[in-house]
Amino acid sequence: MTALPKSLEDNRRLDRWLGFAAGRVQVSVGKVEIGQGIATALAQIAAEELDVSLARLDWRAGDTQLAPDEGSTSSSLSIEVGGASLRLVCAEARALFLAEAARLLNASPDELDIADGAILRDGAETGHDYWSLAARVELARDATGAVPPKPRAAHRIVGTSTPRRDLPEKLAGRGFVHDMVLPGMRHARVLRQPRPGATLVSLDAAAIARAGASLVRSGDFAAVVAPTEAVLRSAAEAARPQWRDGDAAAPEMAEAAWLATQPADIRTRGSEASPPAGRRHAASYSRPYVSHASLGPSCAVAHEHDGILEIWSHVQGVYPFRANAAGTLGRDPDSIIVRHAHGPGCYGHNGADDAALDAAIIATLLPGTPIRVLWSRADEFAFAPAGTAMQTSLSAVLDADGRPIDLSATIVSGVHVNRGAGRLLAARTLPNAQPLPPPAESSDPYPGAGTRNIVPYYDIPATRYAHHLVAGTPIRTSALRGLGAVENVFALESFMDELAGLAGRDPVAYRLGLLSDPRARRLVERTAAMANWPARGPAGTGVGLGLAFARYKNRSGYACVAVRVEADTEIRLRHIWCAADAGLAINPDGVRAQLEGGIIQAASMTLKEQLRIDADGIASRSWADYPILRFSEIPPIDIALMDEPDEPSLGMGECTMGPTAAAIANAASHALGLRLRHMPLTRERILAAAA
Amino acid sequence: MTSLTVNGTVRTSVSPPATPLLDVLRGEFGLTGTRFGCGEEQCGACLVLIDGAPAQACGREIATLEGRAVTTVEGLAGHGIIAALIAEQAGQCGYCLSGMAVAAAALLARNPTPGRAEIAQALDPQLCRCGAHPRILRAVERAARDMAAGGTGR
Ligand code: FES
Ligand code: FES
Repeated sequence: MTALPKSLEDNRRLDRWLGFAAGRVQVSVGKVEIGQGIATALAQIAAEELDVSLARLDWRAGDTQLAPDEGSTSSSLSIEVGGASLRLVCAEARALFLAEAARLLNASPDELDIADGAILRDGAETGHDYWSLAARVELARDATGAVPPKPRAAHRIVGTSTPRRDLPEKLAGRGFVHDMVLPGMRHARVLRQPRPGATLVSLDAAAIARAGASLVRSGDFAAVVAPTEAVLRSAAEAARPQWRDGDAAAPEMAEAAWLATQPADIRTRGSEASPPAGRRHAASYSRPYVSHASLGPSCAVAHEHDGILEIWSHVQGVYPFRANAAGTLGRDPDSIIVRHAHGPGCYGHNGADDAALDAAIIATLLPGTPIRVLWSRADEFAFAPAGTAMQTSLSAVLDADGRPIDLSATIVSGVHVNRGAGRLLAARTLPNAQPLPPPAESSDPYPGAGTRNIVPYYDIPATRYAHHLVAGTPIRTSALRGLGAVENVFALESFMDELAGLAGRDPVAYRLGLLSDPRARRLVERTAAMANWPARGPAGTGVGLGLAFARYKNRSGYACVAVRVEADTEIRLRHIWCAADAGLAINPDGVRAQLEGGIIQAASMTLKEQLRIDADGIASRSWADYPILRFSEIPPIDIALMDEPDEPSLGMGECTMGPTAAAIANAASHALGLRLRHMPLTRERILAAAA
Repeated sequence: MTSLTVNGTVRTSVSPPATPLLDVLRGEFGLTGTRFGCGEEQCGACLVLIDGAPAQACGREIATLEGRAVTTVEGLAGHGIIAALIAEQAGQCGYCLSGMAVAAAALLARNPTPGRAEIAQALDPQLCRCGAHPRILRAVERAARDMAAGGTGR
């Protein structure tokens, strides 16, 4: 038997995933809705394999009491791993019910079928269904994973663009953790330590009381608690905490170039041979620190009652967070329940875990009182983990035809994986705070974090890379959509255009000469055709067309993006085309939405975004300081989803990020006749490149 | 005390006069559809209609709204824009959508047949971080069509 997908291997019991009661199917999963539509896609898989209508599913996702432990909802793995697990569970449950019905009917299971939960024999009702048989079929058993799921040709729900199940409620004004109200709930805010390691010297407790709020404190952890949000804001303002010491940052640290001057843990991988002699080309690319900048600030509700600490949060992983909270609070994980609740769009490890820990600590200090924590917009910008700055330097040895025969890369990066006990903000301020171990981040090529996608998907005989992992970033960093693949693909795909130029070749033809995977070739050809590539025209006219390709993690979703821009001292997007290959798309419209979203977010980062830094860390603390792309700046986007229904489903949420960044840079460089190698591609960068 | 009409019903707020309308709607009236995004009049998540004109609820003190009529996303339940946003699957996380719906309703009231550029301009103050923009634009176009056809609009 082949290995079970990880989620199923970790949660073998069928009844952990499925229940049948009162004409409904209770489905419990660990992968949570974070704005990517996963709840809908997974529901399609379950309904398909069980042969029930979507309307019969009761959905529970992310709950340490009631749902399986699938770790974190991240890395575009929810379909690939979570979906594969749920599919096997449902196929096996269906087979168990069919076997029981066959026994009762003295029939062979092959004669039976299921329609919306009812067992049919030769198309006629048998009087049995999931619910009438539920007492006879034991789901308290381990999955074998041995029941084959439906063949593709039998799919009726999978592969259709089923509408999102969560949108109507959200449009009716409910549905987010922000909207939760518990009886007696109070509103709280932590007075954030302005610099790592700073000590709280004093605060104005009298002013807090005058504002109608109270103070809770433990070591350097101090929070204001108030009856309403409005009172909370004025009390937090009146608190005027005074802090001493702590690590100061400085403005120049905002640049990737500064990171390259810092001590690093250097790991090397790939070819051990030295690069051969020959014609070379080398270039260096970078991106700055960027913000998740979720539209709603982080929020959580926590309630200590009956010996249980119950927490509602929009974290990506309820079990990992529970372990983290248990470690920080020094209590038994079984005394903590974490339930996922919808939050604003999540693109990685944002402030959700920190806000949840804030609420948890305050709730334990005020047992019996439900505590709601909502971060301010300024705190969200300043204290949520950022995406790290990076610098990727590439050096190729070229053959006589200008093709790379050897490629060396050097990546300088802060950490992209920064979870774990003690790393959350509030934990650093508690009296029992432990010294942090150095960051643990793999430098392997797959799945990779800072090294993600640094190995090109092209046919290059020898490649090697050095990963310089810098622990001393001026601000806290962690996973943000695409991780290192954004910068690494930006660098590699910009470099490919440069190499094509040196070889006097067309960038598309040059890439195709190095790509052997037929799916990748089809994608590049399709994108080029959509963008009318043959009519591209010469460089330096102020109008440019650029293209870039990557397969995310070299094993997941494929995306090729082409962009047309106008550029002078600024870059205006005129049209974007994208062809993508998701294998079997569970929900084609959902895939399209993820592709569009990734493209727009990546375009925004590429053109505009950079966190500024001052002595107190992140200085960009409002939308005015951190502009993102707006409606009038977003061009038409045409998406072609390749039809590969017989291939396994691939995660698509992150695959467009790197290709979009590189395609914009390639288009801008074509328009301007000069190469832009450093994000964001602002007026200052263009003028610097021209100088 | 401030009396105002909210979604057609007269409501009285006992919040202090300087309390932002957003807090009154969410905290006092339990209308959570109007979202907190920034509290600084920079994102549009809290957009409501005041006497039919779009306004950011985080920046309006309740005392200034005596006798005024406020419409929130809950008050748009039967409006064509809501059905159109769902028909176009125009949300990812959906956190921005209340503000989008209100901004679109204000635009369509003023101009029932807006072109793409006019829609984009009207929605420009409204931020979306998920990149749902193309779908939101299509939803506004769809709502305009449906309403012209005498469909679900008003
Ligand atoms: S919350 Fe009012 S504009 Fe952002
Ligand atoms: S859909 Fe998430 S912010 Fe717009």
